[in-house]
Amino acid sequence: MTPSPNSPNSPNSPNSPVTVYVPRDSAARSVGADAVAETIRTAAAELGRPVDVVRNGSRGMLWLEPLVEVVTPEGRVGYGPVAPSDVAGLLDAGFLDGADHPLRLGVVDELPWISQQLRVTFARIGITDPLSPEDYERHGGLVGLRRALETPPADVVAEVTESGLRGRGGAGFPAGIKWKTVLDCADELKFVCCNADEGDSGTFADRMVMEGDPFMLIEGMTIAAHAVGAREGYFYIRSEYPDAVATMRAAIEIARENNWLGDRILGSDLSFDLHVRVGAGAYICGEETSMLESLESKRGLVRAKPPIPAIQGLFGKPTVVNNVLTLATVPVILANGAKAYQELGVERSRGTQVFQLGGNIARGGIVETPFGVTLRQLIEEYGGGTRSGRPVRTVQVGGPLGAYLPTSMLDLPMDYEAFAAAGAMLGHGGVVVFDDTVDMAAQARFAMEFCAAESCGKCTPCRIGSVRGVEVIDRIVADEEREENLALLEDLCDLMTDGSLCAMGGLTPMPVRSAIEHFPDDFLAREGTA
Amino acid sequence: MTTSVDDVTTQAAVSAIVAAHRGQRGPLLPIVHAIQAEWGHVPQEVVPLLAQELNLSRADVHGVISFYDDFRREPAGRTTVRICRGEACQAVGAGALVTCARDRTGLSPGETRADGSVTVDQVFCLGNCALGPAVEVNGEMLGRMDTDRLRSILDEAVAS
Repeated sequence: MTPSPNSPNSPNSPNSPVTVYVPRDSAARSVGADAVAETIRTAAAELGRPVDVVRNGSRGMLWLEPLVEVVTPEGRVGYGPVAPSDVAGLLDAGFLDGADHPLRLGVVDELPWISQQLRVTFARIGITDPLSPEDYERHGGLVGLRRALETPPADVVAEVTESGLRGRGGAGFPAGIKWKTVLDCADELKFVCCNADEGDSGTFADRMVMEGDPFMLIEGMTIAAHAVGAREGYFYIRSEYPDAVATMRAAIEIARENNWLGDRILGSDLSFDLHVRVGAGAYICGEETSMLESLESKRGLVRAKPPIPAIQGLFGKPTVVNNVLTLATVPVILANGAKAYQELGVERSRGTQVFQLGGNIARGGIVETPFGVTLRQLIEEYGGGTRSGRPVRTVQVGGPLGAYLPTSMLDLPMDYEAFAAAGAMLGHGGVVVFDDTVDMAAQARFAMEFCAAESCGKCTPCRIGSVRGVEVIDRIVADEEREENLALLEDLCDLMTDGSLCAMGGLTPMPVRSAIEHFPDDFLAREGTA
Repeated sequence: MTTSVDDVTTQAAVSAIVAAHRGQRGPLLPIVHAIQAEWGHVPQEVVPLLAQELNLSRADVHGVISFYDDFRREPAGRTTVRICRGEACQAVGAGALVTCARDRTGLSPGETRADGSVTVDQVFCLGNCALGPAVEVNGEMLGRMDTDRLRSILDEAVAS
């Protein structure tokens, strides 16, 4: 492997600075990346060895964070996980020249965990400086937008439709069809909204896109604006992601300075600008109509559909609402063509999905691969089993509203329809692993408790049903009229599924029912409570 | 952090914040965020002021403020510890952290010590699901938290 000709410096001449990458991703920061970066700067300066510390996004090998990379003639050599106290030893060993050390991982691009993946949406993340426009263009940025701007809007929409791209937020609705509805509306004022209210536990890909490649998302939004005829766009980012908010705001400023946003973008006829809005701790605002209410500065109450947001969305105007990963994937589809993307995947799930491995897992992080990979491959081959070393007992896929699956179902292929047929959902691609210490009745109770806490309150099945659900599960576990209460819970789940206005109440029964179905013994009376 | 503000100061500060956001579409939520950033909580007395400035009913303003968990009616403690209780963090011991916080401070999530030293809160997902359990201390996210480390953070906070 040869060093990239685009490296900011030619490595290994003693006087030219060595480029060292230390991620700025908030997961890496949560385990000390800032202190590591500072220690490397200070310690190298004391040695008189010039270094250029670049704060990149994360490669997604989160168990290795802080993962430090050094540019060498062989490529970018990784060391991790690095603690500030390791830095002196690393310098002594000669890590700035890629030398051996117990923390040395090898050339990062050649590590099997990365090289076996197919990074399409995450192609640049972890490689570039997220806020460097030069880095962005050097690594394929803006190719999609430039092509889109030379293409009539209807053809851009057709390209997205042909690619088979489906909404990555969880519902899996074809993106191109949504866009066509907005394009066909005659209104002068239309909006493009990016749903970045990634509240599902076990999902963090949206956060990593915003922190690790914000220009890609801006490019995707701008292509969407051109395709549907919008001049104004909004990011709705949850307040729990302060780094993502700061990075997106900084990226928007830089994009404006470079005429990637604003009037007559890149010399075209398109004028478009973007604004960041911050949520305020309401999970329900990840539901698209609730998000629109919140963007209008109202209570985040879910709207009844129809009318669909594509026709009457933000402030009653036609609005594209897409998830971060959906919009982030648009530039590469426009750059390489619909066909290249469409060729990936299985059945009606085309392209790649960004799976997120979390919970009790040895090697958690981002695995981007075509649809069709099995849960077992993700958990065993990539994830390396549990972090605790105990056996896997269950896996929750698709966030708090997703099913708990037993290990007998780990050969399920990751595709929207296969999951639906198995009574589960793929959702946003989050995979949360639990070991054999998990209490499934407690998890089922939590699903109801969470729904009670986060329900917007507009519809009764969700608002009241969730509270009753907690009570009924408590009675079952206490062995109070067990059979009657199990029947009552079943009936309540039916009611919530069929009668709720949105997925919050409608899908809360999914984790509850799957827990009862696959782990009935956990719902038997507890010792001392019977 | 100012916890009591006289009417004139409040009014002037609120007017300035409103003026800074007035050009936006649907400005109330950004304004309430800015008010909380200024005072550390959203004082009850801003409700009629915002209603008047934005030509909304007081019920509308109160309804928005009370809907969102982020907005505090009372100031938080000098140290705020938010424990993630999302499923991914539950799978690696978030429950033990909640118990640890209760044992050390006597606080359940959402409560503040009478001496104003510590607020313990819960949050549903900080997006650090591969490096849990996650805890946020005064806005800084910390991964792979354990009870020993949390106890020493709380010890320090209680003593401050």
